[in-house]
Amino acid sequence: MKIGTPKEMFEGERRVAMTPESAAQLQKLGHDCLIETGAGAEAGFSDADYSAAGVEITKTAASLWKTADVVAKVRAPEEAEVKRLRNGQTLISFINPAANDKLLKSAAKKGSTVVAMDMVPRISRAQKMDALSSMANIAGYRAVIEAGNNFGRFFTGQITAAGKVPPAKVLVVGAGVAGLAAVGTSTSLGAITYAFDVRPEVAEQIESMGAEFVFLDFEEEQADGAATGGYAAVSSPEFREAQLAKFRELAPDIDIVITTALIPNRDAPELWTEDMVAAMKPGSVIVDLAAEKGGNCKLTVMDEKVVTENGVTIIGFTDFPSRMAAQASTLYSTNIRHMMTDLTPKKDGVIDHNMEDDVIRGATVTHSKAITFPPPPPKIAAIAAAPKKEAVPEPTAKEKRAAEVAAFKAQTRNQVTLLVVGGAALLAVGLVAPASFMQHFIVFVLAVFIGFQVIWGVAHSLHTPLMAVTNAISSIIILGALMQIGSGSFLVILLAAFGVFMTGINIFGGFLVTRRMLAMFQKS
Amino acid sequence: MEYGFTTAAYVVSAVLFILSLGGLSGQESAKRAVWYGITGMALAVAATLIGPGSGLWYLSMIMIVGGGYIGYQLATKVQMTQMPELVAAMHSLVGLAAVFVGFIAHVELGSVLAMDDAVKKALEGFAALLAKKDGVEIAILRVELFLGIFIGAITFTGSIIAYGKLAGRVDSAATKLPGGHMLNAGAASLSLITLIWYFNTGEFFPLFLMTLAALFIGYHLIMGIGGADMPVVVSMLNSYSGWAAAAIGFSLGNDLMIVVGALVGSSGAILSYIMCKAMNRSFVSVILGGFGGPAGEQMAVEGEQIAIEAEGVAMALNEADSVVIIPGYGMAVAQAQSGVAELVRKLRAQGKYVRFAIHPVAGRLPGHMNVLLAEAKVPYDIVMEMDEINDDFPETDVAIVIGSNDIVNPAAQDDPNSPIAGMPVLECWKAKQVFVSKRGQGTGYSGIENPLFFKENTRMFYGDAKASLDKLLPMID
Repeated sequence: MKIGTPKEMFEGERRVAMTPESAAQLQKLGHDCLIETGAGAEAGFSDADYSAAGVEITKTAASLWKTADVVAKVRAPEEAEVKRLRNGQTLISFINPAANDKLLKSAAKKGSTVVAMDMVPRISRAQKMDALSSMANIAGYRAVIEAGNNFGRFFTGQITAAGKVPPAKVLVVGAGVAGLAAVGTSTSLGAITYAFDVRPEVAEQIESMGAEFVFLDFEEEQADGAATGGYAAVSSPEFREAQLAKFRELAPDIDIVITTALIPNRDAPELWTEDMVAAMKPGSVIVDLAAEKGGNCKLTVMDEKVVTENGVTIIGFTDFPSRMAAQASTLYSTNIRHMMTDLTPKKDGVIDHNMEDDVIRGATVTHSKAITFPPPPPKIAAIAAAPKKEAVPEPTAKEKRAAEVAAFKAQTRNQVTLLVVGGAALLAVGLVAPASFMQHFIVFVLAVFIGFQVIWGVAHSLHTPLMAVTNAISSIIILGALMQIGSGSFLVILLAAFGVFMTGINIFGGFLVTRRMLAMFQKS
Repeated sequence: MEYGFTTAAYVVSAVLFILSLGGLSGQESAKRAVWYGITGMALAVAATLIGPGSGLWYLSMIMIVGGGYIGYQLATKVQMTQMPELVAAMHSLVGLAAVFVGFIAHVELGSVLAMDDAVKKALEGFAALLAKKDGVEIAILRVELFLGIFIGAITFTGSIIAYGKLAGRVDSAATKLPGGHMLNAGAASLSLITLIWYFNTGEFFPLFLMTLAALFIGYHLIMGIGGADMPVVVSMLNSYSGWAAAAIGFSLGNDLMIVVGALVGSSGAILSYIMCKAMNRSFVSVILGGFGGPAGEQMAVEGEQIAIEAEGVAMALNEADSVVIIPGYGMAVAQAQSGVAELVRKLRAQGKYVRFAIHPVAGRLPGHMNVLLAEAKVPYDIVMEMDEINDDFPETDVAIVIGSNDIVNPAAQDDPNSPIAGMPVLECWKAKQVFVSKRGQGTGYSGIENPLFFKENTRMFYGDAKASLDKLLPMID
């Protein structure tokens, strides 16, 4: 099959859906690769790079669309491109099918298959093709960088000869992939980072990234993300009020706000109100990653940077991934490549569009002249619901002390009981047994006691040598055979000789092998 | 005739043996300790040959030299991966020797009791000792003898089966004859009956009958225990061989044998205890064999095992700063320890922080992994115990699991219904990235699905451990 990638037509789009590296991988699957001339130029990949990777360069988009069996793109096709779609052709790109009814209809009518990279279900197996996550990751990173670009101070606090610099305080609202990436970038730049999310289960992730989770003192049980495929759900008005109150309290202190809150198939919720913007210090920056869906802040203007009257910069760019075209193209083309790997299970260059497969079924929006959107729910739940954990209260010093005392008492009780019982048992034996037996018995008990004391000290790593050496010395039984070998009948001599022989094997074998093993243990 | 010299030598030997075991507390002192053991044994044998065992001493010498030659051959030729088999095989010899010595003592006792007083006075050695005993002492002697033979016989067949299982000559799965534990219980009660019988009559027949029953118990008990429980079995047999020696020591009135037998017996018992604790199972449940049925529905494992090729592993290793390697029985089976050691050398040459994490029951013998790694010249100070390293996993970049399964199973902590719930495990899944070298998909010995293999940060590096490492090594630079 021929896989082709045209130059993106959308104004300002610099990404490309195929890189020389991904082309090499696609060729391993048995496919041929085509690319429109100059398609990768803005992302830093020249035609020469592609030729070197064995990619055929086509002069025009029209001829590419004509020859390619599979077209891989970044943005949803423009009208001109939809016209070029033909029967049996497969298109892989971001589609946003919920808002692109017209495209679906015309593609279905033409009989072409459309795979929407933004519809890849969120299950573990499909992570490698989850383009939304890989783009969100870039957006989160870039959001912090853009904020820094427009922020007049350091992120990290410093004490310099020229005076003390306070660290920047960053608040990230919404801890999805983009939010977490922003948290990570911000903490590694040295800012004090707070993060908020309506899903309580992400608190742990936020804290693992080095930020502080903003806790709401709110009783209502929040639906965790597991029920909604890992996405946030709409929250109740009461919860929203508590949340806004918390933000209002934080606003005067925060230097940089990055909002990433989105709810699937809805306008972005308003979380950063005008009064909060007004409360912020001049020079503060807001980056609204939800700008495309109306923004988490009412003052955001899509695709623009505005400065409010009180000097707060609000950034509403929606093209963060495209601003990092090289990185974004590399990740996106890898997502596409993984999708192709799943579509070409036999690695023979033949596409098997298996509609039984959860991932392929979920991402396919038109197939065999029919619209297949929305997909049925996947057979595997997205993310296992986290079992409710009961918080174990940290024991206080007093409780710890009490526990120690109790443990000590228990130990003492144990030991004393053992001693008493053992002593009584010994006495009982002594009452009935003759003195000659007791002599030996005392030796035995003492030896067991010494054995227990000594063996506990043996290093774990030397357990095998310990077994070998105890094996050798347990051949002390040879003494028994030696003592008897000379004092009896033929049968006794025979048995004793055998006994001596076998224990002889053991003594030599056991000690030698122990020595061999111990000689191997070396310090570095 | 009294042997003052012999007794003195025995005391010195006993002290040397104690020092020898105590010296195993550290790698360096252990090298000295083994010489204490050798000296102690040489002294004990020499003193016996000069003193009470001087009869037919040339025959004894021939037998010792002959046995010693075979022992030398065994000890120098054995592969370190075969240590469990060797140890088990040697236990069986001790067991059999105990049975023989016990029988001899029985024969001697019989002949001495038959003599009249005049002849008795002329006796030497062991026989003389026997002749002095009165009625109660003779009765006690019979019980001691009986116990010595009983334990020795169990040790003998048990060790042979353990050897067979470890060497792969007997199917390592747990198998039981129809009747199960009832058979064992039957054999045990038969032994009890014969004890009473023998106690009263002193005849050979009950002793013989008991020996057969004990041989059967040893066979059947160990047949019913699966391969992964072998560490416990081998240490248990180790313990038995000691108790057998002690029992024989009682019957012969030899204090050195009692002391050494008790030392060995308690050593084996402690090892068994440590092993059982590391599996969170009671000693009885291991010996009775098999895992108990799960208490309820086990958690279903979701997700997919994602495979990775050598290139991916190499890339991650080259980028990692800290690496922890978790070896298991699979490494021993594939003889991959030298490859692992080579990998570690290369990684350490790059200045990476590489360590090993050893679970107490990894392998088929207590401390098995440590010996294999030492053989491959891995310095022992980077080989860590579970408790030393478990807290470091969150700061570890890459954890490599080579041929282990149940000891890295998170279900032990997460799933209260898992058969291994509560067993302490190495928390390698907390590392940033985990690679699992494994022959193929499938469950471990216990048949428990391992959720580790399905975790997001886990990649499966399929293939024979040795072959995989050979592929990986050239890519590390």
